[in-house]
Formats: sequence, C-alpha cells, structure tokens
Amino acid sequence: MSAVIVRRLLAFLATLLATSIVVFVVLEVLPGDPAQVMLGVDAEPDAVARLREKLGLERPTTVRYFDWLLGFATGNLGESYTYSVPVLELIVERLAVTVPLALIAMLLTTIIALAAGVFAAAHHNRPGDWGVMLFAQLGIAMPNFWFGILLVLLFAVTLGWFNAGGFPGWEDDALASFQALLLPAVSLAIVQSAILARVTRSSVLDVLREDYVRTARAKGLSKRAALWRHGLRNALIPVVTVMGLQFAFLLSGTIIIENVFYLPGLGRLIFQSISQRDLVVVKDVVMLMVAKVVIINFVIDLLYVVIDPRLRTAR
Amino acid sequence: MTLLAVEGLNVTLATDAGPVAVVHDVGFTLDRRETLGIVGESGCGKTMTALALMGLLPEAARTAGRILFDGEDLLAADEARLCSLRGDRLAMIFQEPTTALNPVHTVGHQVAEVLMLHRDMAETAALAEARRLLDMVGLPRAAERLAAYPHQLSGGQRQRVMIAMALACKPDILVADEPTTALDVTVQAQILDLIGELVRELGMALVLITHDLGVVGQVTDRVAVMYAGRVVESGPTEAIFAKRAHPYTQGLFKARPSHAGQGRAAGTAARLATIPGLVPDPRSPPPGCAFAPRCPHAIEICRRPPPLVAIGESHDALCHRVGEWT
Repeated sequence: MSAVIVRRLLAFLATLLATSIVVFVVLEVLPGDPAQVMLGVDAEPDAVARLREKLGLERPTTVRYFDWLLGFATGNLGESYTYSVPVLELIVERLAVTVPLALIAMLLTTIIALAAGVFAAAHHNRPGDWGVMLFAQLGIAMPNFWFGILLVLLFAVTLGWFNAGGFPGWEDDALASFQALLLPAVSLAIVQSAILARVTRSSVLDVLREDYVRTARAKGLSKRAALWRHGLRNALIPVVTVMGLQFAFLLSGTIIIENVFYLPGLGRLIFQSISQRDLVVVKDVVMLMVAKVVIINFVIDLLYVVIDPRLRTAR
Repeated sequence: MTLLAVEGLNVTLATDAGPVAVVHDVGFTLDRRETLGIVGESGCGKTMTALALMGLLPEAARTAGRILFDGEDLLAADEARLCSLRGDRLAMIFQEPTTALNPVHTVGHQVAEVLMLHRDMAETAALAEARRLLDMVGLPRAAERLAAYPHQLSGGQRQRVMIAMALACKPDILVADEPTTALDVTVQAQILDLIGELVRELGMALVLITHDLGVVGQVTDRVAVMYAGRVVESGPTEAIFAKRAHPYTQGLFKARPSHAGQGRAAGTAARLATIPGLVPDPRSPPPGCAFAPRCPHAIEICRRPPPLVAIGESHDALCHRVGEWT
C-alpha cells in the first residue's frame, strides 16, 4: 500500500516538474521582448530597459528558471507589474474567493448528482429515471451564465434575498461573503451536477448488473441495501474521476460566472492579467492552475486506492 | 417429507422482440436432505429455474405456476418475505466465484454480513463465526484470510468463501448453479466433494445445476434433465443411469467423456460423440417435441406435443416414442 503511494507521489512530483518546464519554456519562446510586450510598442526604450533590469531578464534562462522554481518553494513570486503588489498576495486574495466558491459548488454538485444519479438508476426505465434524465439534459444544455442571470433576476431583483453581485470580503462581513457566493455556486453546480448525475446513473446501472450485487441479494439484502452496500462503492471510480475534473475546473476560476456576479476570483485575475499583458502574473497563475489540476489528480489517484483494494498491490 | 414442490413453473422474459418463454411447465419435488441434479446444455433454462427458486429472476421476467417451499408459495410471496428467506433458509452458490464476490469488501465481512443480517449478530461475533465457517470449508489460514480481499485468493478458495457464505445460516435448501464449471479441473473434484460432504453433514437439501452428468452421478439422489426450458426426463439418479429413456438423455450420456478416456491426455481419449444441431431458438420453438429436430428417432408424430410417460418408480420421460427402440 505505502509502496503504491510513494510511487504515485514520485510520479506526481515528476509531473509537476515537467509542467513547470513547459510553462516556463512556452512563455520564454514567445516572440518579442517580455518587457516590450508588457509596456507596449510605444514604450520608451529607457522604461523597457528598466523593466528588463527589474525582471532580471539579462540573466541566463536556466538561472531564471531555477529562481522561479525557488520562488514557488519559498512563496516569493515576484511582483505584479500592473498591480505593483507581490503576486503571491494577489493570488491568495483571489483564492479566498475562488476556493470557497469551488468548494460550495462542488458540495452542491456532489449531493445533487449522487442523489439524482442513484435515484435514476434505481428507477431505471421508469418515470423517476426519465424525470431525472430530462432535468439533467436541461442542466447540461443550459448555459450557466444565463441561469446565473435568471437567479439574479429572481433572488436579487424580484425577491431581494441576495445581492446581485460583488464580494464584501471575509474580514468585513463573513456572512454576506458567504451569501455572495451562494448564487454563483448554484449556477455552477447546476451544470456540473447534471453531468455528474448522468455519470453516476450509468455507473450505478453497470454495477447493478454485476454478479456480486446478485450475490448480495441472494444473501437476503433488499434491492436498496444491495445497491447502497455493494453497488455504490464499486460505482464510485468513474464518478470520482469526473468529480476530480470538475473540481479542477471550478478551482481554476470560472471566468464567466465570476464576471456575471462581479466576483474578484482567480478567473478574473488571469483574464485581467492577460489583457494587461502582466506576464509575471500570467506565468505564476498558469503554473498554479496546472499545479492544482496535478494535485487533484494525485488526490483522485489516492482515492482510487482507498475505494478499490485491488489497486493497493503494486504492479 | 416434501420440502420444495415446483408445480407448472413457467418463466417468460420480456424482450424487445416480445415475450420469450424460457422455462415451460417445469415441475419437481425435493424432500428434506434430498439432492436433486438439474442437467442440461447452456440455455436450457436451468439457471432461470434456479433463480426462480431464489426469487432472483431478472426484472423483465414474468412467472406462472407455484413454488411451494414448506407449503408457502414463493412466487406469491412479497419481497420482504423473500429477503428474510434468502440467505437464511434458501441459499445459492454461483458459477463464477471471481465475479460473485464483491471486490471491495473483505472476505470476512462478506461472510459475516449474512450472519449480521439474519442472526442479528454483532460484527465481532459474526466475524468469529465467519472464521469458523471458513475453517469448515477448508480455507487455509482462515483467521488471516478474514481481512483478505477476493482478488488475493485463488478461484477454488473464492468458491470456498462462497460456500461458507451460503451455508452460514444452515439453509434448508442450497441451490448450486454450476459451482465447479469456472474452476481448474484439479480443484473441481475438491469443491464438489466439499459441497456433498457439507450437505450431508448439515442435513440440507441440494439443487445442483450442472451440464456434467459425472457430477450428477457423484452427488445427487435424483436427476431432472432439461431441454429447451422443459424437464424431458426425471427420476432417481440410479434409475436414469441404468435406463435412459429420453433420446436427449441418451445423447448427453454419449457425449460424456468416458471413464476410460479420463486421462485427458491429447490423443488418448477417443473422439466424443456430439448431439448434432443446436438448441432451438426460444423465440421460435419448433412445434411439438422441442428435441425432434435433433433427435435420431424423430418421426411424424413428434411434431405434436409429447406426453409424459412413466418409465419406472417416479421415473418419467417426455417423449412419444419411449420404449419403441432399444
């Protein structure tokens, strides 16, 4: 078991290292001088030279790469050109919005999808199944920003229960901050849970056809008990895989929803940094997003091992 | 005394192409401590019959007839009643122990679960009993194996676990559906002996489903031969081995590897006889006797439904021409 984890951990670190090289190289081989790109074509040569100096662009590539890596390890990520604040501070500030939003959305997604998916599978080819699948189809087909706007119209404009957008900040008003995340989380969860419910349904249906579910019934378990005790855990592998992808997606910031609700999240940060050509921020945020995906995949790998004992033996 | 009486059992599966009858008018009885073999080719309806006994037919199945267990009609019983009988008084062993065990639960837990369900045992007590059961079925190092997962055991060991699970509550009837077919030849005899021994020891009745007449001869008191969803011949095992009345039973005997050729070394065994033709498609059964298209003795009259002919003491065959040839 521990051998498996150590091996996965090594693979995880190797992936992280490889992605850092790719991200660094891609931004390195971009045509043109980064300082010039950041300042624009009309910039004074003096200003460009000063920025080159400040960014340390005169130093050899490998030195800059290792400096950058070291920066990640020590939390010293350099300074944003446009915001004139340390990139780390900028990212942490944005994560305080994006991470809770992703967590709430993922929690809603998981609860809705597992309940709906298992229910649909248990009522396979009967009205309950059709109903759930109809809603899932609608959820997938509906653009989430449009659904977000509808939620704003109903709950903020008509009923006045929520603010239409904005984010007060956790220090100033934690409850209002939480409320500010609810509508966007629901808009995100609608689409994600529709997808996940379909995956759950088909996975549970597959498992229900397995011999061991019949064995469980032969032991005297009711259909429902056989499904929950013997079916669900086996059905979880594909579900957990999709959940990992969804969580990675949500954590990377959801540019459109963040814009609809005026949330200062990570998605808006990268959107703004790209439009303002703030390459320092872009490079760090992209690396962070990639790292999050790799970390989530690593966690999912570990979850597989928890779910399925057959994966515990090192092959 | 009669423990189980199956009367006029019909099973029909709803398919996209309309209902398909897979079990026709099957009847047999089983006394306490009696062992019955149900023999036939794949697709003859023997597994469907077994699943009907357990109330575990697929949802698309419709049934008619009666299955009287201790006087109670199982086909009319509700699901809650069946759940309380299954695993407790009626137990089943399946063909493929690899897929019949849950890969994500330990062996000990899977055996203990039956006891916790029907005997209201606490988990520790149930696990202790599971250990005793695994010992009883001859699983080596049973105490350690409680925490093992099915993939850590061999095929034979998995089937021993299945047997322990089925016998946990000392059922009145054990239904074993091809319990040795998926196992290595060397293990088959061990598992079969184990089942035979335990059935005698615990005083259970056994319904053994198999395509292997050798297995039937070793273990069972009575035999029902099934073909295309019907019992075509039934009677005491000895009587049927002495006098096979139905041409299909005769064909099965001829198709059996002879004891002389049991060395199984290539080239030493004589070529086995086969029954020409295929099992009829249940969607379009032939008129009259279902075996007629493959029968060497079929004549015009065989196109009409065959009568049940008494051959001897509780030995019957479903054939127009019993005794008309030697």
